[in-house]
Parts: sequence; structure tokens; C-alpha cells
Amino acid sequence: MTVAIIRFGGSNCDRDAERALAHLEIDAEIVWHEDGLPEDVTGVVLPGGFSYGDYLRAGAMAARSPIMAEVRTAAANGVPVLGVCNGAQVGCESGLTEGAFTTNESARFQCEHVSLRVERADTPWTAAYEEGEVIEIPIAHGEGRYEIDDDRLAELEAAGRILFRYCDENGDSTPEANPNGSKHAVAGILGDRDSVAVLMPHPERATLPDVGPTDGQGILRGLEQ
Amino acid sequence: MTAYTATVTVRLKQGVLDPEAETTKQALERLGFELEGLRSADRFEVDLDADSVAAARERADEMAERLLANPTIHDYDVEVAER
Repeated sequence: MTVAIIRFGGSNCDRDAERALAHLEIDAEIVWHEDGLPEDVTGVVLPGGFSYGDYLRAGAMAARSPIMAEVRTAAANGVPVLGVCNGAQVGCESGLTEGAFTTNESARFQCEHVSLRVERADTPWTAAYEEGEVIEIPIAHGEGRYEIDDDRLAELEAAGRILFRYCDENGDSTPEANPNGSKHAVAGILGDRDSVAVLMPHPERATLPDVGPTDGQGILRGLEQ
Repeated sequence: MTAYTATVTVRLKQGVLDPEAETTKQALERLGFELEGLRSADRFEVDLDADSVAAARERADEMAERLLANPTIHDYDVEVAER
């Protein structure tokens, strides 16, 4: 019974995720992608990093590795899957979630703490929060601008698939509070099921009390067995 | 079987922001060039053997659909020539 943190060549937040989950007493292990998912897997983390050097597009290569077929099957069976940063890019590239995370509007790498508004509190990832609550989580990405066809975004919004939006400290999604130009300030989205979520901000970097705010803990608790 | 090169050009869909192209445009302007706009694209030249131009095109189309392009943000076109 374990959460699998999938390590691809170039993943670099896998150990952060492992430490953060250990702090929350959630059993987890790092799994090399070529080794496949453990049979007793209870959750999957697609960690941050630069898998395959971001060749072609961020997440494109990892999304097409054989283990992702296993992850899609597990997700369809209700196993919780969380994609963070590069893992979010992998999630969208692999079809676990819709849309694409592409080059920041600034064309620069953005590394800062941001405020997020919790759009839904009735999912495994947000049960610790109130709807509309503002939480503080760091971002660190060059390709985090959420892009999708306007009509499809409207459908996803109507279906309640948006999980987090960038906002200011008052919870308003102003242009100034949008660090990367994401359409409708989308920072994190759900897949077909509420048990699949991806987000560009790093909850594992906002979990250990000795490194700053701990607002990310609630998100990782979506992986509790 | 005939030897072909399929050239796959992948570009952002109209309306999708291209910050890298905008930055490149600004750099050209800093160098003193006058220009109205600039778009970037990725070009892949795929050497392959196939029974016909149509077969080569079909395979290159599938490569674009499944990996080279992301249909959420990209359009692509394929040109096939004997090599």
C-alpha cells in the first residue's frame, strides 16, 4: 500500500514530494518509470522537474512513456493522481487532464510565492480548505500558462473542473496576480474524475514547517490511503 | 518502397500567444530592424521509406497527431518529397 512518486529522467522534485508525504505520514516511494507501477499502488504523484530536458514541449516525452498508460488505467480505476508543475505538464500532454501549460506570458522563468483561490472544496485535494479560501503556494516554472480553446474552457468551468486560480491576497484574480498569463487565471484543474488533479504550483514545497508556509499540506492529503 | 522526406511544420494556432516570438521581435527591433510581426514554427524533417507519397504523408500525419504537435495549441502541415 503505497503512493508511487514517478521519477523520469530529469525529475527533480521527486525527493521533495517524498519528504513532504513522509511528514504527513503518507506512505510513499519513488518509482523509476521503467519499473512500472507497484501492484499495491494507492496513489500516483507526477513530480516537478524537467523530464527529458523539456525536449519538444515540457512533459511531451514523459507523457508518452509506457508507465503513463498504467497511470491512465489506474486513474480510470479511481486511484488518485496528482501532477505538480512538470507533472502537470505531463498530465495534460498525456490526456489525464485537458488543456496545455505553455510558455509564460513573460517568456521568463517565474519563481515566487503566489496566492491561489480554492475553487472547489469538495474534492480529495481541497477537503482541508473552504471554497473561496486563499492559500499561499510557491511556483517555479517557465511554461505554466494555461491555454485551451475558449469554448472548451467554458465547458470545463461549467462542469466544475477548475480547482485553483491565481489571485491576489483578497481572492481577486487580477491581471497583476496572474504570474504567467494563464487563461482565466487557471492554476490547477481536475481530470474526468475528482481524484485526478494537476497544478503548476508546488504543494510539496509548502508542507514542511521549517521551509515556510504549510498551505500545501491539504492538497497532498488527497493521497491519504 | 521509395525514400521520402516528410517535412512537418508545427505552429501555434492563430490567437495563441507566442511570448518567444514577441521577445524575438523586440530583440530584432532593438537591433534596429523594422518589422510588423513575427511568428515562429518548429520544422521536423522525417526521412522514411514508404510505398507511396500518400502512405508517407499518412505516417507523418500520425507522427504529428501523436507527438510532434499538441492539438490543443498547434496546427501543423505536412509536405512530402522524394529524397
